Amino acid sequence: MAVKTIPEIPVKKGEPPYKLWIFEPGEKKEFPLLFNLRQLAEQRRPALIPGHRLCAGCAAPIVVKLASFAFRGPTIVVSATGCLEVSTTIYPYTSWAVPWIHNAFENAAATGSGIEAAIKALKKTGRLKYDHVDVVVFAGDGGTYDIGFQALSGMAERGHDVLYILYDNEAYMNTGIQRSGGTPKFAWTTTSPVGSVLPGKGEHKKPIADIMVAHRIPYVATATPAHWMDLMKKVRKGIEVNGPAFIHALSSCDRGWRHEEAISIEILRRAVDTCYFPLWEWTPETGYLLTDRSLVIARNPSLKQPIDKFLEVQGRFRHLLRPENKELLKQLQDYVDAVWEDLLKRASNAPR
Amino acid sequence: MPREGDNNGSRGGGVGMSRLQLIPKYPREKQVMMNLNGDEAIAYAAKQSYVDVVAAYPITPQTIIVEKYSEFVANGEVHTEFVPVESEHSAMSACVGAAAAGARAFTATSSQGLALMVEILYIASGLRLPIVLAVVNRALSAPINIHNDHSDAYLMRDSGWIVLSAENVQEAYDTTIQAFKIAEHPEVQLPTSVHIDGFFLSHTLENIYTLPDEAVYEFLGGPRKISKVRVDYFGEEVDYVLNPARPLSFGNLALYDYYFEMKIPQLIAINKALDVIKQVNEEWYELTGRRYGNGLVDPYMVEDADIVIVAMGSSAGTIRSVVKKYRERGLKIGLLRVKSYRPFPHSDIRNLLRNTKLVAVMDRAIGPGQYGALYLDIASTLYHERSRPILVDYVYGLGGRDLSPDMVSTMINQLVKDLERGYIPEEERLRFLGVRG
Amino acid sequence: MATLRSWREIPHGGVAFRLSTDVKTGDWRALRPVIDQSKCTKCMICWLYCPDMSIIWDGEKVFVNYDYCKGCGICAHECPVKAITMVPEVGE
Repeated sequence: MAVKTIPEIPVKKGEPPYKLWIFEPGEKKEFPLLFNLRQLAEQRRPALIPGHRLCAGCAAPIVVKLASFAFRGPTIVVSATGCLEVSTTIYPYTSWAVPWIHNAFENAAATGSGIEAAIKALKKTGRLKYDHVDVVVFAGDGGTYDIGFQALSGMAERGHDVLYILYDNEAYMNTGIQRSGGTPKFAWTTTSPVGSVLPGKGEHKKPIADIMVAHRIPYVATATPAHWMDLMKKVRKGIEVNGPAFIHALSSCDRGWRHEEAISIEILRRAVDTCYFPLWEWTPETGYLLTDRSLVIARNPSLKQPIDKFLEVQGRFRHLLRPENKELLKQLQDYVDAVWEDLLKRASNAPR
Repeated sequence: MPREGDNNGSRGGGVGMSRLQLIPKYPREKQVMMNLNGDEAIAYAAKQSYVDVVAAYPITPQTIIVEKYSEFVANGEVHTEFVPVESEHSAMSACVGAAAAGARAFTATSSQGLALMVEILYIASGLRLPIVLAVVNRALSAPINIHNDHSDAYLMRDSGWIVLSAENVQEAYDTTIQAFKIAEHPEVQLPTSVHIDGFFLSHTLENIYTLPDEAVYEFLGGPRKISKVRVDYFGEEVDYVLNPARPLSFGNLALYDYYFEMKIPQLIAINKALDVIKQVNEEWYELTGRRYGNGLVDPYMVEDADIVIVAMGSSAGTIRSVVKKYRERGLKIGLLRVKSYRPFPHSDIRNLLRNTKLVAVMDRAIGPGQYGALYLDIASTLYHERSRPILVDYVYGLGGRDLSPDMVSTMINQLVKDLERGYIPEEERLRFLGVRG
Repeated sequence: MATLRSWREIPHGGVAFRLSTDVKTGDWRALRPVIDQSKCTKCMICWLYCPDMSIIWDGEKVFVNYDYCKGCGICAHECPVKAITMVPEVGE
């Protein structure tokens, strides 16, 4: 069954990146969701092309790559200012094989709303050359939790058909690892450093996905690139649903979390195994549903790892593993446990 | 060349007074007279302009624009997607997204809202997206004030937008439609704003002549046309739009090796806009019989004037009536209304003012620590002339303080004295008109 | 790097005019992945997780595109059969 597919890199001048992402008007090209990796490698290309300047080992391009395998047809991508935007479009080069726009830091959701409205208006007046164009927003935790929250909440309230994927590296990484609303408690960042008096950030991570659930938008989910099948399924669901969808994807950062580049995916696996970042999805009809590894852990509580397993490979939590900070470590473990228990109560597929 | 009879069309003077015997395509009989206030006129003009996306947030005194437009949408009179965004910042952001996706986008705001969207104004101009913004001029806080002054208009000075101001409701209607044509001109491709004075124009009714829908549609050439761009990785020129057929990346990071070069085309485009604004003004004249000076400046009895008052906005109407009275008494005085604030019409103004003796610039806003913005522009225009007129800056009307004909008379009397004196000492160059104390 | 363009040659609106494939990020590497094809089971996990799209499947085998590989080591760490080893990049 081996199909001889010549790789398209390097791209020749005068030729578009990844011809797969060229949708000629009237062309009926649809991408089914594939999980057979060989088929995927032969038939699909990611929306990112190599040569981007993200750090070695960054999980953000993996999030984008996996998400783009779940795109179903013509897609427009919007990015907020942040690592992804800055590193993939350093003038005059671009790493995007799909139409892409960056506006400003806090308005990725608003820009996405405008594009979605434009597509509706063009379609209404017969000027859209496609049956449907999906709008996907990639924004970091900076542009979502904090400065971008207003736009996101407004977009959710107005019900635009936009999929918003948050790649959460838990700090303002692009500007140098400053704390954000998504930084977990006790994490070291440059604006919440570990000093002689304060042990890192004093506040808990804002439960952004739960806030989006409270908006009662058609689809909310959490995902990590380590659990790739789960991520792809969720992205596809988010695109297919008619209305705003929100996916919170945890994305490790070897610079900011201070871990070795090679374990970028491993560390996300541990985040889920320790229930630090549970995987779930929510729709108004089904309520909370645990998915993938988190469902397995709910059914087999002995598989839940202590939070140390997640913290021990990261330099930003090094102080928590010192004997004098045992109390703080316990606080964090208790918090993670409490949130997990709460989720188990709410999830309709958790064992009773 | 600006001529005396030219603004008569806007003040009910009739059409055939110019030396060319022009029969406009839509003479008065074919136009529809409507009784609208400034906001309603702008909303109606936008309605006729085949706008695809309106993303707006309410703020006094612009609210009527948003409300009226929502009514049009609710009654199915337009195909527009109305996006009731949660802030002005998101309003302009949504317009940028919509324009990048190929739609004709329109929004409106005032003072604080404009201040909030300033970040995106620069982005809209840098991305060369022909968005039209209606600004209903209102004072900036603090203290908070809902009435008219130009402090928000002056915010747009450096933003790279084309800024056009209107003196009355008829001009507001006309200019809004023209703004779409100017913005989308292939050599301009810059966002354009139309400014009217809050409450003075936005909430006061006038009988204005409006065109039938087909006339506006034809004038604008139908729906938005997209410009072309050429990049290395597509052989041919492609549409400058978010297009799954030809993917492009908008809004890149340009470091110190490219940022400078990327700014120059904006400057070229806005200078080209000087010609385009004049051209569209003429085209409008051929269509309706109305034009406003040459599109950039609207002079009244300036050619032989010893004293010229320079002003922007609705107060020009008041000043003109007082100037007319002084002319009848024999004083050689004129009014120069600046219609195009950006691009600033340096050469037109230079030609008009170079032979006059005293120029009084009226600024309806003052940034502390400097002269008024219009004064600074006029001063830089006239600096290199061999003989320069005496220049004085009058700050008036802040926070909606009315400019009455009596105040204008007082000012003119003082200007006559200044002209006799022959100079104005530095401490008297910045004067305040109408403030107590 | 190519010669920098003058302002007259910048495309309208400042859209990017080249693809990032012109930037060979492979020169960032300190370690390079070497795939032992005899151990490789062609599970495609390395291809899936590579953040730089530098692992290529040509229908028969996976191989590394050293033009862009930054040497992060995710492929070596994730490989279920440990067919990839990271060796120091010896400069030319």
